[in-house]
Amino acid sequence: MNTSIKFEIDKKRIKRRISLNNASKYVFSLSTIFALIVLAILLYRIGVQSIGWLDWDFLTGNLSIFPEKAGIKGAIIGSVGLMFVVIPVTLMLGVSTAIYLEEYAKKGKIQRFIQINISNLASVPSVIFGLLGLAVFGRFFNLGSSILAGGLTLSLLVLPVVVVASQEALKAVPGFLREASYAMGANRWTTIRKVVIPVALPGILTGTILAISRAIGETAPLVVLGIPTLILRVPTSIMDDFTALPIQIYYWTLDTVLTAEYANLASATIIVLLFTLFAMNSLAIVIRNKYQRNF
Amino acid sequence: MKPLEHKKSLDIRETIQSNMKKRRNTTDQIMPIFFLLTASISIFTTAGIILILITDSIKFFSEVSFAQFFSTKLAPLNANNPSFGILPLINGTVLTSLIAMSVAIPVGLTAAIFLSEFASDRMRKTLKPMMEVLAGIPTIVYGFFAYSFVTPLLMKIIPTLGAKNVISPGIVMGIMIIPMVASLSEDAMNAVPKTMREGAFGLGSTKLEVTLKVVLPAAVSGIMSSFVLAISRAIGETMIVAIASGSSKAFSFDITQSMQTMTAYIVEFTSGDAGSGTTGYYSLYAVGLLLFGFTMIMNLIAQYISHKYREEY
Repeated sequence: MNTSIKFEIDKKRIKRRISLNNASKYVFSLSTIFALIVLAILLYRIGVQSIGWLDWDFLTGNLSIFPEKAGIKGAIIGSVGLMFVVIPVTLMLGVSTAIYLEEYAKKGKIQRFIQINISNLASVPSVIFGLLGLAVFGRFFNLGSSILAGGLTLSLLVLPVVVVASQEALKAVPGFLREASYAMGANRWTTIRKVVIPVALPGILTGTILAISRAIGETAPLVVLGIPTLILRVPTSIMDDFTALPIQIYYWTLDTVLTAEYANLASATIIVLLFTLFAMNSLAIVIRNKYQRNF
Repeated sequence: MKPLEHKKSLDIRETIQSNMKKRRNTTDQIMPIFFLLTASISIFTTAGIILILITDSIKFFSEVSFAQFFSTKLAPLNANNPSFGILPLINGTVLTSLIAMSVAIPVGLTAAIFLSEFASDRMRKTLKPMMEVLAGIPTIVYGFFAYSFVTPLLMKIIPTLGAKNVISPGIVMGIMIIPMVASLSEDAMNAVPKTMREGAFGLGSTKLEVTLKVVLPAAVSGIMSSFVLAISRAIGETMIVAIASGSSKAFSFDITQSMQTMTAYIVEFTSGDAGSGTTGYYSLYAVGLLLFGFTMIMNLIAQYISHKYREEY
């Protein structure tokens, strides 16, 4: 008698525990979906606001104080110009730093120091890099707010990303490839140049593309460099003042206080920016899937 | 005659080989030095940041007293009597970060629990990349979203809400940080060995009980350090607050109205006209130094937590 009552109680408890488990599963899944719902709303809103504004004239038009006539040719050229600085600089500095850390440095104090330094650098707020760029490139080297100054600032900002990605790629190159190369009489540099880098290249490129897509969307450092609000002239060299896509979004968003239509211009520019990022990320995935060799 | 010819050709071959070896060896010796130089660029960057922030802050403090710097009166553009009290900026930064954390931590952690403990492999493989898309969107886009969508939406609930306020950028910043909390916490939970879970399942626990009583306690160091890193990210976040929380320099705790954060101050002041060499220009670096200090402390705390309390299995 006594035992059967206890059994009844236990059965109830088990039921409660199971239903609690099931309920929590749904609550937790809602959190995951919440983020995605916000993403969907964001894209939908911006998409709707840009309808009718995003056309060929917008992409190829010059800036204008009249919202209906304004275009982002200058901003596109500015962003492309930035990439012409960022890509070679980060590739060279990032890959060679990674090669030093992975292939040459002995495990020890110097290697650890550089490694910790890079991971700390990765978490410095981007606006601080803007202050660095303003003081070093802008004032000290007197580059002002040119494409070169902006590009170098962004390069330092995304350098840790490229270094870490390249390190991962180099680590993934199996030891026997290096040993085979040494056995053929190749020295260290020849081995790195002819064996290690070619094998690690897809990984390095993937990481670099992701870093560059971060640089394209970065606004704060460029604003701190003092990019002028309205540039009606399209830059022709990397020493010229410029405007870039994110900067244009920033100023147009601030201007919505004056004229509501600037919100549409900002949305249309955001679509262009997001599309560029999407294309670059897809490229990175394609490179990774197609050329990555697994040993 | 023949052996001699053979010897001659051998000589030539040897010379060529030794020459090639010499040249290859010099490059082989130069390259490590070149790579060390490029690797030290990252150290120069850190050193440069610290040096510039400190030297320009010293110039700032030679003109402005510490008492004024740690006061509540901020009026950098007042021509007659400029004042550089930083407390309003710290206040704004702390409040936006608090709101962001109150969104990012519960949602991020429960999302991580779902992905790591409840979701099927297929679900995880589709949901995770989608979360990463959220992390890849530039912050300027979130700023626009906060200002042009979330603020008007919140105005319907809170009629007294200002067009620039602290709640909306705080929430949006929290949403932006969700993927970061989720993925770092999920990594920590995945590192908990399967055998521990199976032990608890074997005793008849439900998934929820295993998660709460086994996985979370075992992964607590990684989870806590992900929270601290998220705070560091929120403190340093710039464009969302620069757009949506405005530039009010008054010292208040009213989160329905505009407030300025440290990062937004830097952005507002440089994109305005801070002439080089003025006190206002140097104030940027003093604020920058404080910001850098805050984020560095957070990062060190995160590293400390994950090292000190990590349990090795």
